[in-house]
Amino acid sequence: MGSERDAELTDELAADLAAGFESMVRVYQHRMYAFALAMSGEPADAEEVAQDTFLRAHTALRRYPVDRVRQLKLNAWLHQIALNVFRNRVRRRSLRLVPMEPELPVADTSPGPEARVLSRAALRELANLVSGLPEHQRAAVVLRCVQGMTYAEVAAHLEQPEGTVKSNVHRGLQALRRRAGGLSEVG
Amino acid sequence: MDLLEKDLRDLGRVRAPDGFADRVLVAVGIVPAGVDAYTALETPVGVLEVAWTGEGVSAVRRAQGRDHFERWFSGRLGRRVVRVPEPPDRMVGQIADALAGRSPRLRFDLAGLTPFEQEVLRKTLEIPRGEVRPYAWVAREIGRPRAVRAVGTALGHNPIPVLIPCHRVVRSDGTLGEYSMGGPEVKRDMLRREGVDAAWLAELAAAGTRFVGSRTTHVFCLPTCRYAQRIGAANRVPLRDEREAARAGFRPCARCRPALVS
Repeated sequence: MGSERDAELTDELAADLAAGFESMVRVYQHRMYAFALAMSGEPADAEEVAQDTFLRAHTALRRYPVDRVRQLKLNAWLHQIALNVFRNRVRRRSLRLVPMEPELPVADTSPGPEARVLSRAALRELANLVSGLPEHQRAAVVLRCVQGMTYAEVAAHLEQPEGTVKSNVHRGLQALRRRAGGLSEVG
Repeated sequence: MDLLEKDLRDLGRVRAPDGFADRVLVAVGIVPAGVDAYTALETPVGVLEVAWTGEGVSAVRRAQGRDHFERWFSGRLGRRVVRVPEPPDRMVGQIADALAGRSPRLRFDLAGLTPFEQEVLRKTLEIPRGEVRPYAWVAREIGRPRAVRAVGTALGHNPIPVLIPCHRVVRSDGTLGEYSMGGPEVKRDMLRREGVDAAWLAELAAAGTRFVGSRTTHVFCLPTCRYAQRIGAANRVPLRDEREAARAGFRPCARCRPALVS
């Protein structure tokens, strides 16, 4: 996500919360949903986590002084909120709600030079595999490989040394490769 | 980058489901531009789903559930609609006033309808509570006297029934005609709530009476016109048509405009 665009968004948020928030949601909705889907593995959960993320962001933005809003690094900030939302859910989840009509996620086929795009079913299966990783590996793999953050950024988010993040990503990928088996041929 | 890592990048390009952003915005109280909001309201005529924009009320349906309303709405008006917990207070008051027949201040958003439909609906809004007008009256009033059938169609597709009172438009033969909110029986009930006796209308029509004249003022009206209701029994003259009225020296009422001034 371009930092120039983030600067425009934070300026807009500082000037007019409602308009800025709408722009921010439209820009970040897919990214935050993708993050939530990879972390939770379930489309219905993903929508809830992503929605909660934006609701908390809105509550925070209403409280923040204008200067603080202007200095927000939106991408990192939203991911941090999403991570907290996700952790809180995991903590309190002893009973699970039954999703009513889980919508299948759709891959955006427009960007990216790679012609090969996973089918919906394969994406969902992959999200499921990822969400099955132990939490320390999952967050590292998702932030690094799904959301495309640098190791330094991931390390800052997870408050871990970069070396730990690298080894968690490495082990996470190994585990996925073992479990994925034939998944890559599905696409 | 190996296959797995490519797949993971694909996972990062997943799109949020349709309407996700709208739902988020509505949840924090922002109704996005180009999207109508709606909610279900309990009214004296039942639970209604009511949609609106910044311009005014855009749709009303008898509540049949979320999916039903949203599908119908985008099919009829070509826009998206998002459910919100509650409508603006001011609007609730205005809808209550309109339903109770108190001087309606309610505004409407008729965007998405044809100019003809808009004219028909705006004309229908002028029909006072407790009165009815024939389809032909609406057609003539909007300057399309031959478009009676098209008026019927436009009213049958009225996206804002109850609040735009298409139930007050009836057939010239004294029968009530169709009603999109649930057929002639519902139309009869709606009119009864407003003090219009459908059986009486049918009797008049059966007797061939389309207008009522006053011997004292020499004015003739549609039977439900408030002025016609004031004519004392002794001075009341049943009239068959405009010609008979003209021959007897009656002028058309300026309020209900029963016939073109000739």
